[in-house]
Amino acid sequence: MTVNAPSERAGRHFLDVNDLKIHFPTDDGVVKSVDGLSFSLERGRTLGIVGESGSGKSVTSLGILGLHQGSRARISGEIWLDGEELVSAGANHVRMLRGKKMAMIFQDPLSSMHPYYTVGDQIVEAYRVHNKVTRQVARKHAIDMLDRVGIPQADRRVDSYPHEFSGGMRQRAMIAMALVNNPDLLIADEPTTALDVTVQAQILDLMRDLQRDFDAALIIITHDLGVVAELADDILVMYGGKGIEYGTAEDIFERPEHPYTWGLLGSMPRLDRERTERLLPIKGSPPSLINVPPGCAFHPRCAFEPRTGGKAKTEIPELLEAEGGHLVRCHLSREERRAIWETEIKPNLEATL
Amino acid sequence: MVTYIIRRLLAAVLMLVVVSIATFSIFFVVPRLAGISAEDFANRYVGVKGATSETVKATAEKLGLNDPVVVQYGHWVKGIVAGAEFDTGVGVEHCPAPCFGYSFITKQPVWPDLLDRLPVTLSLALGASVIWLLTGVATGVLSAIRRGSIFDRAAMTIALGGVSLPIFFTGIVSLVFFSYKFGITAPGGSYTPITENPAEWAYDLILPWITLAFLLSAAYARLTRAGMLETMGEDYIRTARAKGLPERRVIAKHGLRAALTPIVTIFGLDLGLLLGGAILTESTFSLNGIGKYAVHAINVGDLPQILGVTTLATVFVVFANLIVDLLYAVVDPRVRLV
Repeated sequence: MTVNAPSERAGRHFLDVNDLKIHFPTDDGVVKSVDGLSFSLERGRTLGIVGESGSGKSVTSLGILGLHQGSRARISGEIWLDGEELVSAGANHVRMLRGKKMAMIFQDPLSSMHPYYTVGDQIVEAYRVHNKVTRQVARKHAIDMLDRVGIPQADRRVDSYPHEFSGGMRQRAMIAMALVNNPDLLIADEPTTALDVTVQAQILDLMRDLQRDFDAALIIITHDLGVVAELADDILVMYGGKGIEYGTAEDIFERPEHPYTWGLLGSMPRLDRERTERLLPIKGSPPSLINVPPGCAFHPRCAFEPRTGGKAKTEIPELLEAEGGHLVRCHLSREERRAIWETEIKPNLEATL
Repeated sequence: MVTYIIRRLLAAVLMLVVVSIATFSIFFVVPRLAGISAEDFANRYVGVKGATSETVKATAEKLGLNDPVVVQYGHWVKGIVAGAEFDTGVGVEHCPAPCFGYSFITKQPVWPDLLDRLPVTLSLALGASVIWLLTGVATGVLSAIRRGSIFDRAAMTIALGGVSLPIFFTGIVSLVFFSYKFGITAPGGSYTPITENPAEWAYDLILPWITLAFLLSAAYARLTRAGMLETMGEDYIRTARAKGLPERRVIAKHGLRAALTPIVTIFGLDLGLLLGGAILTESTFSLNGIGKYAVHAINVGDLPQILGVTTLATVFVVFANLIVDLLYAVVDPRVRLV
């Protein structure tokens, strides 16, 4: 990922999001949910998008699928999917891609499935929108998919209603529904947040297996660093509608350079830590997306803000390459960040190991 | 599912028993508690003018008005099931089953009277219900998906008018204009049975239908709009869109289906209520239905007739409730678990 001019980057990767802005005008002002976001993704790779609530993760994913159509959202920038630009494409064209070329798994499988239709009907419907086949053929396909995501006795459970499934089974069915058309891009928005911990692990395993089989590009949106650690090749950390750090999973977990990422790592509860040891939460709360703090959006919560000599309060930092594709949006110099990580943050995180 | 149906059926039967006891009490027990004697009652029922007190006393005895309340209730229920005979002292009046009462004023059993008038009320209620259901739901859906548009505002303003204006106002105004001034609809009091001439039947009833439907369709439009606004914000609507379904399909199959559940409930109850007599509409348009029959019975104080209408109306409401409950299970699979 680079920060080149749009024309150069456009459509070079399987998915290219370029300077994406999604703003919602409200009575209180413009909510800048996503404000100049760029990233790219290849087939077969997994990108984890991490951030607190309100950082713009979900809005971004709905934006890629074109699901803001008909709302008040104002969208600009470019989304290139397999050589096609989606922001400027016609609504009906994007609809035809939805569910076929790109699909989505939602957070709460109970509320995300229609309570009045059987699981099978809902999968059949998803298949038949994009494939001209009879109900019987689609039904057989639905049973195959349910079987594939690990639902026992799929030929019987296909006629069950969502409320007759357990939480984990529902999420499996949801995954089956998303994968039924063999999409090239799969977006999972908090796929395990609503599930029990044991079920979470099963679902993550399933998603990893399926991604390998389907060779799709996968975007996992989560606030849970544990989930991205399991699945992601690359990680994008979002804050206040912008990407603030991007790198391989190794970069983010081993050599994080942004103070916010340090905060996220410090807030992660770990079993291997002493119980008396306190978590290191990030002080303050996420910024208002209507009145984003001037300069670096993170500066009111950043312990290292004084070291920027006031720059953090006035200038918005650029997302710049630290090394080998590891991008960081911070006013501190590379050396300062490395020094702080090595001497102040890392020992603190590891002291408890 | 079978348990659900059986439980609903039992509940409906129980409800009928309770309702019959309540109705019976209102007409037979409460007046007696209020101090009306068996003789007053007999007089009121049979209304033999100039009868001696002995005759009245004997009549009261023969009608069983001095019997314990439970026995009287038993006679009344038995009459509905097996028919009854009333010995008025002057002669024995036959009232074949189902005997919902015998009017000593018209010298007629009540049930055949009700049967005569039922087709009028049925025609009125069913015809109007089709109109109000279609227009109300369609308006509500359009208003919800074009929320804030001129259509939405206009429709909701008209709906507010529809909910607020009473039938006897809209009915008379429309009769004056459409029937008497422009002559495009039938004058008040017109009714042709559907078996005689379906076209004539519809022509005669179109104005009462529209008038009655206007009131209810306004309420249904508001209800549908609110329901659609709620369901269209649900997560499963987002899922339906994410599958790539055309918006029309998302609205009809996913949004409306869920929003219809409460409408089915209200519809059943409204229809049940109307079948017991659309009193205002029938009176305004001079239609000889059950509602008008009830008004007449109340005016002349014909207790058996009033009792008959009340019983029939409650039966309709109880059955409407039952059908709604069963439909509910068809519409919403989650109900079948209960």
